[in-house]
Amino acid sequence: MAQYIKKVDDRDEDEYSPFLGIEKGAVLQEARVFNDSQLDSRRCSQVITKLLYLLNQGETFTKVEATEVFFSVTKLFQSKDVGLRRMVYLIIKELSPSSDEVIMVTSSLMKDMNSKTDVYRANAIRVLCRITDATLLTQIERYLKQAVVDKNPVVASAALVSGIHILQTNPEIVKRWSNEVQEAVQSRAALVQFHALALLHQIRQNDRLAVSKLVTSLTRGSVRSPLAQCLLIRYTSQVIRESSTNNQSGERPFYDYLEGCLRHKSEMVILEAARAITEFNGVTSRELTPAITVLQLFLSSSKPVLRFAAVRTLNKVAMTHPMAVTNCNIDMESLISDQNRSIATLAITTLLKTGNESGVDRLMKQITNFMSDIADEFKIVVVDAIRSLCLKFPLKYRSLMNFLSNILREEGGFEYKKAIVDSIVILIRDIPDAKEIGLLHLCEFIEDCEFTYLSTQILHFLGVEGPKTADPSKYIRYIYNRVILENATVRASAVSTLAKFGAVVDSLKPRVFVLLRRCLYDIDDEVRDRATLYLNTLGGDGSVVETDKDVKDFLFGSLDIPLVNLETSLKNYEPTEEPFDINSVENIPAAGNKPTALGAQPPAPASTVDTYENLLSSIPEFSTFGNLFKSSAPVELTEAETEYAVNVVKHIFDKHVVFQYNCTNTIPEQLLENVVVVVDASEAEEFAELATKPLNSLPYGAPGQTFVAFEKPEGVPAVGRFSNVLKFLVKEVDPSSGYAEEDGVEDEYQLEDSEIVAADYMLKVGVSNFRNAWESLGPEFERVDEYGLGPRESLSEAVNAVINLLGMQPCEGTEVVAANSRSHSCLLSGVYIGNVKVLVRLSFGVDSSKEVAMKLAVRSEDESVSDVIHDVVAN
Amino acid sequence: MWEVCRRLSNFGDKCVFWLYRDKNREADVNESCPSVKNILLLDSEGNRVAVKYYSDDWPTNSSKEAFEKAVFTKTQKTNARTDAEIAMFENNIVIYKFAQDLHFFVTGGDDENELIISTVLQGFFDAVGLLLRGNVDKKEALENLDLILLCLDEIVDGGIILETDANVIAGKVASHSVDSGAPLSEQTISQALATAREHLTRSLLK
Repeated sequence: MAQYIKKVDDRDEDEYSPFLGIEKGAVLQEARVFNDSQLDSRRCSQVITKLLYLLNQGETFTKVEATEVFFSVTKLFQSKDVGLRRMVYLIIKELSPSSDEVIMVTSSLMKDMNSKTDVYRANAIRVLCRITDATLLTQIERYLKQAVVDKNPVVASAALVSGIHILQTNPEIVKRWSNEVQEAVQSRAALVQFHALALLHQIRQNDRLAVSKLVTSLTRGSVRSPLAQCLLIRYTSQVIRESSTNNQSGERPFYDYLEGCLRHKSEMVILEAARAITEFNGVTSRELTPAITVLQLFLSSSKPVLRFAAVRTLNKVAMTHPMAVTNCNIDMESLISDQNRSIATLAITTLLKTGNESGVDRLMKQITNFMSDIADEFKIVVVDAIRSLCLKFPLKYRSLMNFLSNILREEGGFEYKKAIVDSIVILIRDIPDAKEIGLLHLCEFIEDCEFTYLSTQILHFLGVEGPKTADPSKYIRYIYNRVILENATVRASAVSTLAKFGAVVDSLKPRVFVLLRRCLYDIDDEVRDRATLYLNTLGGDGSVVETDKDVKDFLFGSLDIPLVNLETSLKNYEPTEEPFDINSVENIPAAGNKPTALGAQPPAPASTVDTYENLLSSIPEFSTFGNLFKSSAPVELTEAETEYAVNVVKHIFDKHVVFQYNCTNTIPEQLLENVVVVVDASEAEEFAELATKPLNSLPYGAPGQTFVAFEKPEGVPAVGRFSNVLKFLVKEVDPSSGYAEEDGVEDEYQLEDSEIVAADYMLKVGVSNFRNAWESLGPEFERVDEYGLGPRESLSEAVNAVINLLGMQPCEGTEVVAANSRSHSCLLSGVYIGNVKVLVRLSFGVDSSKEVAMKLAVRSEDESVSDVIHDVVAN
Repeated sequence: MWEVCRRLSNFGDKCVFWLYRDKNREADVNESCPSVKNILLLDSEGNRVAVKYYSDDWPTNSSKEAFEKAVFTKTQKTNARTDAEIAMFENNIVIYKFAQDLHFFVTGGDDENELIISTVLQGFFDAVGLLLRGNVDKKEALENLDLILLCLDEIVDGGIILETDANVIAGKVASHSVDSGAPLSEQTISQALATAREHLTRSLLK
C-alpha cells in the first residue's frame, strides 16, 4: 500500500496522461466501434488518436491487425464529420496498406478529391498519391493535373508536392504536367510558387539548357516566396558552376542577381545567397566581399541560429580564403564566450585559421579559459586547428606547445588525449627547435597517464628521438620510472626504449645495463625476455663496446615488410630443412595501409627513403650507385581499374636514376612471367640505359616490382621524357585449381610516359627560421634575376606553379596568397642533389591584364647550383 | 573537403577529374529541395509526445529512439526558451526550442540552410501554441494529440515543407473542430483563423 501511494506521489499533476496504461489489444478491441451502424464520430476520433499514439510510440501492428483496422476504418467514410475524416486520412497514411487493400478506399478518396470542400480535396490528393501505384495513377492523373492549377493554394500545393514524390517512382506521368506546373510557378500564393518551382526543376533537371532558361527568366522576374527564392539561388549556382567550365573569361553570369539577393528582406535568402557566393569555383575577393559583409552582420545577431549559420559559413571560407575573413576577427572573438558551444568552437577554429603571427599569444590566452568548459569532441577540433596554426607559424612553437602540454595535463578522454599527443609528435617532427621541449612534455605526461596505448606509443617515440638529443640522459629517469610503476605492457615498452638509449649512446651504456639487469627479475615474462635479449645482444657482459650495426639493425631496424604480407608468407611456409627467408616476403604495402602519426614506425618522410634505400641496395646491380638522394612519390602510369596497374617511383642517385615499376595484375585468370618495362629514352638524350631487372612472376593480386636503371652525367640536372611499354609472357590460369598452363603468349601493354624533371633533384627540406638561414648563407653565391611569367589565371596559381616547378618546401606559410593582393613574396628552401642547401626568395607582382612578373633571388652553398635554379626557371 | 582536394591535386590531372566528379555529386544533394529529416516533440524526460520521421537515416524504432535520446541529453541543459538554439549531430543540424515541459526539435541535413529549418521549427512551435491556446505543456499536448498530429501533417509532407506560417497551419488544423454536418465554407475557415489569432494575441499579452 505504501508503495502504491509513493507511486502516486511521484507522478505529480503534470505527469497525468490520457494514454496512461494504454494497451494495444484493448485499443484494437475498441476499434470495433468503427463498424457500428450508428457512428459516434467523437468516439471514433478518439480511438484513431489512440491507434496513432501507439504507432507513434514505436508499437507495430501485425499484418492481420493492420488489415483489420484498415478495413474498419474504410467504413468511416460514411461519416460526414470533417474532423473524423481528417483522422481517417492520417491513419490510412500511417497504416500504408498493400495495393489490394488500397482499392477499397480509392473510390471514396476519388470522391473526396472532387468534393466541394477544399480541405477534403487537398488531403485526399495527398493520401491517394501516397498509397497508390502506377496503374491507379493513370486513372486519377486528369484530376491531379487540374488540381495543380486549382485556385485554392492548399489544393495546388498538395498536388504539386505529391507530384514531387511521384516523380521518384513514375516520372513519365509527372512529366506530362509540365505546362500546368509552369503556370503554377506564376502563382500569387507564396508556397505554391515554391512547390511548383521545385517540381519544375526536378522535371527538367537533366536538361541543362532548360534549367538555364528557367533560371534566366525567373531571376529577372520577381519570385515572391523566400523559400522559392532560396531554390532559385541553388539552381542559379548550379547553372553558374556548369557554365564556368566552358567559359573561362569575363564576368560570372548571374552574379548580379545573387548579389541583389544579399539585400533581400528575408534572412533565409540572404544566407542562401551568401553561401552560394562563397562556394563559387575560384571566387575572387571582389565577389566575396559583399557576402562576407552580410555574414559579418549576422555574427552579432541575437538569434543563435543566425550566428551559427554565419560562423559556420565563414569557417568554411577561412579554409580557402583566410585573408577574406580577417575583417570579421573582432566579431569572432566576442563569439568565443558564446553560450552555444558549437558557435564558440567554430569561432575559435576560424580565428586559428585566419590569425596572424602577432595575435597568436593573445588568442591562446582566450582559448585557455574556453577549453575548460566544452565537450571533448569540440576540444579535438580545437587541438587540430592549433596544430595547423603551429605548422604555419613555427616561430610560435613555444606558446603553442605550452598550451598543448597544459591541456594534456587536464581531464579528458582517450580520443582527446590522443589528438593532443599526435599533435605534439607532429610538431616535434616538423619543427626541430620544438623537439626538446616537446619530448619533455611527453615525458611528464607519461608520468601520470592512464592510457596504456598512449604510454607505449610515447615510449617508442622517445626511444627513436630521445637518443638524438643533446642530453639523452635526462630522459632515462622518466623511462625507468615506467619500469617500476606501470603495468606489464608499458614495462615492456620501457625496457625496449631503455635498450635503444643504450645502443645509441655509448656513454649511457653501463648505466642502462644496470637498469636492464634489474628487469631480469620482473614478474612478467615478456619484460624479462626483452631485457635478456637486449643484454645479450648489446654486450651487457660488462664490456662497453660500440654496438655494431648489424645488432642495431636486428634490434631496432624497421621491419621493411608489411605485417600482413609477413603473416601470409608465414602461413604458407611449410616446415622443411630450409629455413624461412624473410627476404621472400613481398614488401609492397597492401592498399589502404596508411601509417598514422603514432604508428609503429614514425612515418617521417625519411622512413620511406630508408625503405627504398634498403630495397635498392639489396639488388646487386644497383648496390654500387651510392647513396640514394631522393625517391619520388609513386606516379600512376595506368588508368584506374585497368587490367594491369603500374606506377613508377623515381630514385635519384648522384650519377644514376632508377625507375621502380610497381606492377599489379588484376586478372585472376592470368599469370604473368618475365615482366619487364621497355623504356624508350630517345627524348631523354643525357640518359643511357644501364641495367634492367625483370620480375620473374606476377600472379594475380600480389604486387611485384621491376627496375630499370639509367646512367646520367654527374651534377647535371638532366631532364627528359621516357615512354614505357610493359612486356610479359601471359599464362592462362584455371581459377578453380589455381594451376597455370605450360605455354604462354608474349604480350605487351602500353603505359603512360614518365618524366624526370628539375624538381626531382630537389629535396623538400624546411628551415625553421628563414631569415637566419638566409643571412647565414651569405650573399656570396646569390643570383638575382627577373622573369615575366605571362598572363596567368591568378597570382596564387602562378606561385604554385613556380613552387611545383622547383619542388622546394615553402616556408612560414608563404605559399598561401592573400585573396585580393596584387603582389606576394614567397620563401622556399630545399636541398639540391649533392647535398647543397638552397634558399629561394620569390617576389611576385601582377598587373591589371593578369601579366605576372617575378623576381627570383637564390642563395646556396654552391655557385653552380644557384645558376641551375635560374636555368630551371628560365626554361 | 578542401583539405582532401589540396592533397589530391599533387597527384595530377586524373585526380582533378575525380575531384570535379565529386563536386558535382555533392552539388546534386545541394540542389534538391530543402528537406526536413524529422520533427520531434519530446517531454522533459526525453520521452516521445509525437515524432515524425521523413528520412531513411533511422530505419528502425531503436535507432530513432537512440537519436532522440542523444539529441535530448545534449540539448537538455541549454536554454532554448526565448530563441531557438542549434546543434550538430552525426552530420545533421538540429534546431530546437523548449516551452514548459515540451521540447521541440527539427532536424535537417548538414548542408541545409539553417534558417529554413529554423522557420519550420518556429511554424511548428507557434502553431502548437495556437492550437493549445497558449497552454503549451505535456498534459495539454497529450490531451489534444489529434491536433498535434494533424499539425505535423500540415507542416511537412514526406520531407518537403508544406507550410511554415503558424496561423495558416493552425487554421488548417482547427478547421476540423467545427461540428459535423456544418457547411465548411470560407466563412468558417476565417472564423477558425480569427479564433487562432485571438489566442495568439492573448498568449502574447500574457
